[in-house]
This record gives sequence, structure tokens and C-alpha cells, in this order.
Amino acid sequence: MTQNSHAKAPIIEAQALRKSYGAHEVLKGLDLSLERGEVVALIGPSGSGKSTFIRCLNMMEIPTGGTIRFRDKAVGQAFRDKGDRIGIGTLRRHVGMVFQHFNLFPHKTVLQNVTEGPIVVCQRPRREAEERAMDLLAQVGLAEKHAAYPNHLSGGQKQRVAIARALAMEPEVLLLDEVTSALDPELVGEVLAVIRGLADKGMTMAIVTHEMAFAADVASRVLFLDQGVIAETGTAEQVILNPQNPRLQGFVARFKG
Amino acid sequence: MSYSWDFHAVWQYWDLFLWGLWITILYTFGSIVFGVVIGFVTCAARLSGFRILSGIARVYQEIFRCTPLLVQLLWFYYAFPLLVGGSIDNRLAAMLTLSLYVGAFYAEIFRGGIVSIDKGQREAAAAIGMSPWQSMKRIILPQAMKRVLPSFINQSVIQFKNTSLVSVISVADLAYMAAVVNGQTYRPLESYTLMAGLYIAMLLPLTQAADWIERRLRVSD
Repeated sequence: MTQNSHAKAPIIEAQALRKSYGAHEVLKGLDLSLERGEVVALIGPSGSGKSTFIRCLNMMEIPTGGTIRFRDKAVGQAFRDKGDRIGIGTLRRHVGMVFQHFNLFPHKTVLQNVTEGPIVVCQRPRREAEERAMDLLAQVGLAEKHAAYPNHLSGGQKQRVAIARALAMEPEVLLLDEVTSALDPELVGEVLAVIRGLADKGMTMAIVTHEMAFAADVASRVLFLDQGVIAETGTAEQVILNPQNPRLQGFVARFKG
Repeated sequence: MSYSWDFHAVWQYWDLFLWGLWITILYTFGSIVFGVVIGFVTCAARLSGFRILSGIARVYQEIFRCTPLLVQLLWFYYAFPLLVGGSIDNRLAAMLTLSLYVGAFYAEIFRGGIVSIDKGQREAAAAIGMSPWQSMKRIILPQAMKRVLPSFINQSVIQFKNTSLVSVISVADLAYMAAVVNGQTYRPLESYTLMAGLYIAMLLPLTQAADWIERRLRVSD
């Protein structure tokens, strides 16, 4: 790995990012730069735009203004690379996403869910993709479930498969969009443990979460979004444990209960 | 009422019934095959996002869904040739009409199935770098087709029965042959009862199979 030579170059950047739905502007010019190995947590009240923001980073939502840059190249709106702009397809091959509602493919087994991307998108040989998928499933503690269908799994298991599915693409950045919000409280821990393991291995991640303790624990940087702007940014200590912005103080206080 | 049934008189013409049944099956399966193709193309046009294309598809669908099949058959056989000058073979008119008719319904069934798939599925496919086409082929369509299978079979059963209307433009299907046999024997009760029995014999296994498939699909969901 050439991790050191890239250490200070951002992998993915958002510049003056804007997103409107009709007359309603959800994102009002946001900037973010993610370096290799960094874990950024995005917190904020619902409707603050944090999910929209993270979904713009892999063009799941097409921004209405500003630029996404990946490895210092601007991302275009076409699926394929075009001129000096990289395509949405290329971006998504390298930037994985995990969703709140898992979105596993119900007509495919756990193993097929994980191998689908490598085989179909990256055209890896099936055997190789399956071996790698089994490793990943072992990593998230679900190797023995490889032949099961998603409907036979618990929510926590589904989300761990979804993480393995994203990892199978060997992403350089992983986007996690409220991945524990749809889980029963007793299942949250197993998913957070997997994410913590990824952070320890140096995975670059942007995490939208309501789990303040987890954000404080795992994130190297925390962004507080409020009404479509980044209202405060800093280390977990600064933002979550010692907030300055009065709205942030109120927000954090509610989660401390 | 003391009617003495005499199927023997009618059964002398068993070869006509068999031939009619064969024609009915031929038109049913032919129009289903063409209808599936038309249905897919129409469905794709509806979902294409191009307003003109989806508009044309919509107009086609509504014309064929909102006029009776009998009217369509008469129009294609008697009116259409005057419009374009010339004549149309009754068998061609029948196959064309049946296919366009069922295609309009299939398109709606397919479209309903595709839009019923949760948008998270498309997002998950997109998130691993699939193109819209890969996502449609590998993720959306397999789920959608499974979901619409019962409606598809149901529409096809209706189609089997609908082919009986082609007899009005003299296509020699089962209904037409029953009328022919009735003309020969003056035994409408036997002729038409036998015809009805043959339709039941063909369709009962199909409806039972559809019920069975529907139950099985529900279990795996």
C-alpha cells in the first residue's frame, strides 16, 4: 500500500455543495474533505440535510450546485468517465454505501448478495469472488449464514451482510447512512462493533449517526449539520463533549438524556 | 323437460372440435408470445422517462384497454383495410388484434410489478456500481416478475377465453367449429356444451396451477 504517500491528499471532497428539491434548499453550500483513514461523523437534527449530504458523496442524489471530487478529479453526471470527469459508475465502484434499511437483495442468498458486485460490476471470476466473500462474511461473523436468504436474518445480521456487500467492492471510502436507526436496540451493538473494527483497520468512512457515544468514540472528526450548513466542526471532544454553538448544545443535551 | 341428449351425433365431428381447439391454442400462445414482447416494449417506453415515448405508449394502452376486444376485431378486419386501402387476411387481423389487446394489459402488469419494487433495491444496486441496465436486469426484473406471475397467468387465462371472439371474423377456432357442428347436426345443446367442456378442460389445470404458484410465492416472501 502507498498509504503514506497519499496521507495528506484527500480521497473525496465536496466543494460548495448545494442540493434543492424545487424551491426548498436542503444543502446550502457544504465543504468536506476526507483524507485516507479518516472517520468523520455527521450529526444533527432530522431534516438538517446530513443524509442528503452523504448521499451526494456517491451521487445517489445529484447535487444542484458545487462539485464532488474523487482522487482529485471532478465527478461528472454521466455514468461513464467522460473527458477529465470521472463517471458516477466509477465513483460508486470505489465509494461504498450502507443504508438504514439494509436493502439486501431478497432473491439472492447472503453469499450472492456479497458476490454480486465483484462478479457483475468488477467481472471477477466467481470462485475468487466467493472466496473473498466468505472471508468478509467471517469478518462480520456470518460465515455460517452464507446460504441463507436475507428474510431469514435478524436486522443486525442483515446490516452486517450489507456491510460485507459494500466491502466486497474493496471501497476506498465507506458511507454509512444511519445504519443502526432501523435496528432493535439490542442489535445495535453487533453492527457498531463491526464498524469499529473497520475504523481500527484504517477504513475511510463518513458516518451519519444518532449514536452520540459511538460517534465520539470512533470518529476522528465530527460535523454538526443544522439547516443545511455545517454549523460546527471539530474533534469529537470539541463538538460532542464540549459544544459551543447553542443549538448544538441543545442537540447534544437531548441525546445525553 | 325431457330432452334426450345425443352426444353421438355431435361426436362424429370430433376432428372439427380438435382442429378448432388446436387453432384456439395456437392463437392463444401466439398472441401471448407477441403480447409479452409488446408488453415489455410498452412498459419500457412508459418507464423510459421520455415524455413523448411514454405518452405514445400510454395512448396505445388506453385505446386497447378501453375498447371491447370484439370491437377491436371488427375494426381491424372491416375498417382498417379501408383506411390503408386493400384487404387484410382474417387470421392476420385476429392475431394482430389479440396480440395488441393482451400486450396493453401485460404492459400494465409488468409496469406495476417494476414500480412496486422498493427504491432501496435500485439504490443498493447503484451503490455497488451497477449501471441502470444491470440493476434492472439482475435486481429489479427478477423480483418484479416473480411478483406479477399470478396476474400474468390470470391475464393469460382470460386471453385463452377471449380468442373465442375471433370466430366472428371467421377464424376457425373452437367456438367457430362448435357453430359449424351445430349447423350440421342441429344440436346446439350438445355442440355448445362440448365446446364449454373443452374450454374448462384446458383452463382448469391452468387456474389450479396459478393458485398453487401464488401460494408458494407467498410462503417464500
